[in-house]
Amino acid sequence: MVETKRLNTSLSVGAPFLQIQRIVKKFDDVFAVDELSLDVSQGEIFALLGSSGCGKSTLLRMLAGFEVPTSGQILLSGQNIVGLAPYERPINMMFQSYALFPHLSVWDNIAFGLRRDNMPKAQIEERVAQMLDLVQLRAYAKRKPHQLSGGQQQRVALARSLAKRPQLLLLDEPLGALDAKLRQQTQLELVSIIKQVGVTCVMVTHDQEEAMTMATRIGVMSEGKILQIGQPAEIYETPNCRFVADFIGSVNLFQGRIEVDALDHVVIATQECKHYASCGITGAVGMDVQVAVRPEKMALQTAPVQDAQRESLAEVGYNLARGVIEDLAYLGSLTTYLVKLEGGKVVRVTHTNAARHNASQLTRGDCVYVWWCASDVVVLTS
Amino acid sequence: MRRVIQRYFSRVWLVAVFLFLYLPLLFMVVFSFNSTRQDAVFTGFSWRWYEALGRDTKIVEGFWLSLQIATVTGVLSAVLGTFAAFVLVRYQRFPGRALFSGMVNAPLVMPEVVIGLSLLLLMVGVQRALGWPERGFLTIVLGHTLLGMAYAMVVVQSRLLEFDRSLEEAAMDLGARPLQVFLLVTLPNMAQAIVAAFLLSFTLSFDDVVISEFLSGPGVNTLPQVIFGYARRGINPTIYSAASLLIAAVSLGVVAYSAWVARDARRLAKDARSADVAPRDGQAVHTGSPRP
Repeated sequence: MVETKRLNTSLSVGAPFLQIQRIVKKFDDVFAVDELSLDVSQGEIFALLGSSGCGKSTLLRMLAGFEVPTSGQILLSGQNIVGLAPYERPINMMFQSYALFPHLSVWDNIAFGLRRDNMPKAQIEERVAQMLDLVQLRAYAKRKPHQLSGGQQQRVALARSLAKRPQLLLLDEPLGALDAKLRQQTQLELVSIIKQVGVTCVMVTHDQEEAMTMATRIGVMSEGKILQIGQPAEIYETPNCRFVADFIGSVNLFQGRIEVDALDHVVIATQECKHYASCGITGAVGMDVQVAVRPEKMALQTAPVQDAQRESLAEVGYNLARGVIEDLAYLGSLTTYLVKLEGGKVVRVTHTNAARHNASQLTRGDCVYVWWCASDVVVLTS
Repeated sequence: MRRVIQRYFSRVWLVAVFLFLYLPLLFMVVFSFNSTRQDAVFTGFSWRWYEALGRDTKIVEGFWLSLQIATVTGVLSAVLGTFAAFVLVRYQRFPGRALFSGMVNAPLVMPEVVIGLSLLLLMVGVQRALGWPERGFLTIVLGHTLLGMAYAMVVVQSRLLEFDRSLEEAAMDLGARPLQVFLLVTLPNMAQAIVAAFLLSFTLSFDDVVISEFLSGPGVNTLPQVIFGYARRGINPTIYSAASLLIAAVSLGVVAYSAWVARDARRLAKDARSADVAPRDGQAVHTGSPRP
């Protein structure tokens, strides 16, 4: 348990670095984590994304050793670590509140873990200096945590959790305590440091933007289960269920029924319009499904839609609705329109404000055509 | 007329309150320098009673005894109070928790006379059965600790409640064993509260008369007991001088402490200011702006 060596070739090829197997955590009678399995490979930054109370923090705390699972195994490079105390695991965590020791200087905070391992003094000094360089805080070594800004505290916390060269780094809402502006800069900075060190990382966040920017893969959690695992683009563009589609970004959902199930497309009839979906889904005719279209994939125009505008002639007459702009919000880079369709449903459409002065300014009360491409239609069966 | 009242009311009120609080003390200090035994007429300045104080073995012995008792009581109360606070804050569920909590807090509301009397009965009974302990130093310390512990517990408990548990988890995460976590992280962050608990129970013990009166034995008298005894037998300005010296000691202590706190606050403010300024060694320092 002393100093944990970086794992390299000793790992048998193919076996995931971190394996969470059918793990369950019950608090009294409530399942916080419900038979969850997950593999994370080496060097990955994996984000557990979910709203509060979905069990993501409990899962992270079980990885750190602060909670004991009710059942199931956690294998780290093949070894079951469930029975190990937090101080015996080659895992370090960066806490949401940073949990910097207020009575110790920055230097002593970073050296804390190294001293517990009885590392020789010269080596500790070398390692701490290295860590301070990594997070660019060399000049602040003698400061106490309360004399640092939020961003600096966050970097000290990172340096402290990396000092022991853990095999696995856990990040609990790593940027949750920073203000919005600082958060964006820090996201990329944090990723670059983690990649530089090459440590495998599991993070927990409720902020989808944070997860998308930082993670190589995301697991969307709800009620103790992982609903979908995938790369950020996968999760966003092809959500596998209504919860994921709704949770990640905003989405317009239509309730409908499959009308035509052909080889290369399906047609779904909803109250508002007929949807033509070209993605690979098949379902029995008459099956109840949901259609999801992202707001930025929808186009708005006052003139009728020309056939030439469509991707293929097969789509003509589909994926098209008429409505009235009910409200709009100018957000600088984007404008969000709320369009009331003829059926009474309100859809959200966003437009990028690419030009400084938009020639065809749309305003409240304008009658518009809303249309979208067959490839942007996502059909959800659950 | 009304405007005059409005204008001066608060000032007059303030002066009245201060006079009410401090006039008796001032009166006593002045008469401790009186040249005669008179307690109504100031006949002239003299150090006479202060000289008498040095020769008065009863007061001197009482002072040392009180100091020793208060010190031992302070330490015991702080230690036991800390333990009790930890149990009550950290273990939310165990059989008898409500009873334990009530018992620890009871001395805060129980009349001191009742505590003293019941302890006296207990000590007499124990002494008869076991031949020990003799009433005196030990029994007074036990009595004072009973009271002091309750106060110490309240002080430590309030600090412990706001203590961030993630600090302990972080220490454990970094490889500290439970004992190391306690010694290296919990205790240093609790130190202020524990010192406060010590000071509180020290003071409580130092000026306690009631419990001491019940639990002291023949020839064992704390300073408050001696002063009380003198006062009962009529005026003796020696106790004025003793009390005046105590006031002086306490005032000096308070002033020194405030000065120390103020200096600390100034230093913190200075550090915080300099934290925003780039260090002198010319090295480019990153303060949250994007790296080139």
